[in-house]
Amino acid sequence: MFSLLPHRKHALWLILLLLGQSLWAKTWNICNTCENSSIKETIALAKAHDTLLVQKGTYLEYEILVDKPLVIKGIDYPIIDGEEKGEIFRVQSDNVSLDGLFIINVGVSYTKDNAAIRVVQSKNFRIQNMVLEQLFFGIYLEKSSHGKVYHNRIIGEAVDEYNSGNGIQLWYSSDVEVSKNHVQGTRDGIYLEFSDRITITDNVSMDNLRYGLHFMFSNNDVYANNTFENNGAGVAVMFSKFITMKNNTFKKNWGTAAYGMLLKEINDAKIIGNTFEENTIGINIEGSNRINYTNNDFIGNGWAIRVVGACYTNSFKGNNFLYNSFDISYNSKLNDNVFEGNFWSSYTGYDLDKDGVGDVPYRPVKLFSYVVNRTPETIVLLRSLFMDIIDFSERVSPVFTPDNLKDAQPLMKIRS
Amino acid sequence: MFKILKYSFYDLIRSRWSYVYFLFYLALGFVLLFLNNDVSKAVITLMNVIIVLIPLIGTIFGVMYYYNSREFTELLLAQPIKRSSIFMGQYFGVAGSLTLSLVLGLGIPFVLYGLLRSNAIFDFSLLLVTGAFLTFIFVGLSFVIAISNENKIKGFGYAVLLWLFLAVVYDGLFLMSLIVFEEYPLDTFSLVATMLNPIDLSRILILLKLDISALLGYTGAIFKQFFGTNLGFFISLVILLLWTVLPILGLRYKAMKKDF
Repeated sequence: MFSLLPHRKHALWLILLLLGQSLWAKTWNICNTCENSSIKETIALAKAHDTLLVQKGTYLEYEILVDKPLVIKGIDYPIIDGEEKGEIFRVQSDNVSLDGLFIINVGVSYTKDNAAIRVVQSKNFRIQNMVLEQLFFGIYLEKSSHGKVYHNRIIGEAVDEYNSGNGIQLWYSSDVEVSKNHVQGTRDGIYLEFSDRITITDNVSMDNLRYGLHFMFSNNDVYANNTFENNGAGVAVMFSKFITMKNNTFKKNWGTAAYGMLLKEINDAKIIGNTFEENTIGINIEGSNRINYTNNDFIGNGWAIRVVGACYTNSFKGNNFLYNSFDISYNSKLNDNVFEGNFWSSYTGYDLDKDGVGDVPYRPVKLFSYVVNRTPETIVLLRSLFMDIIDFSERVSPVFTPDNLKDAQPLMKIRS
Repeated sequence: MFKILKYSFYDLIRSRWSYVYFLFYLALGFVLLFLNNDVSKAVITLMNVIIVLIPLIGTIFGVMYYYNSREFTELLLAQPIKRSSIFMGQYFGVAGSLTLSLVLGLGIPFVLYGLLRSNAIFDFSLLLVTGAFLTFIFVGLSFVIAISNENKIKGFGYAVLLWLFLAVVYDGLFLMSLIVFEEYPLDTFSLVATMLNPIDLSRILILLKLDISALLGYTGAIFKQFFGTNLGFFISLVILLLWTVLPILGLRYKAMKKDF
């Protein structure tokens, strides 16, 4: 009985709301044979807080300006064909909601960033269940905030970087939630620039030309439970502070400059519970400080972690390093980072006191990785007996690798 | 030739060493799987064993067999049999029985531990094929060495030196030359140098499947073409085949020329 009560309350509110709406908000039907057959004209006729129902059909329209708070909802995915003439939707008002439209043929331009949907200086917008194809830019949020981009499908066919756009782009926006979207075949799947307090969850970003997710100068953002697969260069997080990255999967980013994740000038971030699988480089770290790497899995990468330079006070704890060609690679003799309590699949020590922690420290940096850094062609000698002998002797008495770079408490069993 | 092959083969199958070799691989396979319980990880460990041990055992076995069966060979030479078929028969007998020990010894434990249901089956078969190639190559090389040296000690010495050179020293020289000439474009050189050593070649062939993500990390058009497409795989296989044929031809030539 009690559990039913809140529902009743909701129902009551809903009825009140509907009654209220019918009093001053109008619902407009748009279809090819109706009185209102154009979205653009109907928007001009409609008053604020009206609802526009776009029925199934094909609408050849572009540069549709939404300048008042409206709900535009597609029934059975009506097709809005921009005929490659330019931008399609431009939202310039608070409280706009776009739902269930199928937008195709955004015009490619070399001077303007044409988008399927552009939101400009608006608040409380909601873009959901959209399908965007044959696009230039997908959803472009410009100086907007407190909105939601939910459950959209963006499928591009980008071939070259110079004439393709980003799937979802946020520019000077804040407090936006981007979730359950599927982005593929664009330049950057999701791109953030100067955007703070953004939450990015449960998205799939794959087969993009450049980055699956790209951060620039954006602080206090969270991204969690996303999957980034087979992107040209993986995920790049640059020049940002206080970012939380949790439970994401980075997979199969292969190539000479492909990273599961590229960190550049990132400070005070948290990287927890992510999976890096079969990337050329799992994480490439450059100039990043005070980052906690906890409970991540690095499986079958070429390099699990490559530290390029100027990284201080980072801590790597409780991670699994499984069958990577190189676990850690350093290019300097200095080390200020802490490795503790990780599981390393190539650890060969023993545990006499049976406390689950190896009695001999593990040195994750192979001498060979230094050789490869210096002369990259030597990679063809990977796993040769000669290199194994050299690595072994270096491990016994380190000369080239930082002496304090070691995991003094390597786990004996894999962290599950 | 097939008659001789059959005799050598059965002779070896019945011999103690074949069993030891077979049991060694059987034990290795079981221990690896028992300790790891993960077929993919065991394949990586096995690669190290295969590219180091198989050439060594092939070399020593080949030389040993040739010197031990010298009297029998001389007896056969007195019969109206073609020379090439005597030596070819012996060669294929030795290489065949070693390969059989390898395939059965490693195959049985892996099949028992559920290889057929795992997706490592392709890596594993590649490993066995490479192992078979290496056996044929090194038995061939050791036969050539043995036939060229009457002195057993010398023959043994040269054979072991050959193994040591190809397994360890070659890579050392290779690495040194890469570092000394690092200012120059080296990708073609490094690929060619890899091709010139059957052990390195087999290693690359296996790495193409196991560590492809690391191999793609280097920026170079030739590397990218070689490792990024199937080209590398096929070229390596063809050259490995060439490496198998060359010692056989050498053996035939030596056998024809030699004055017993």
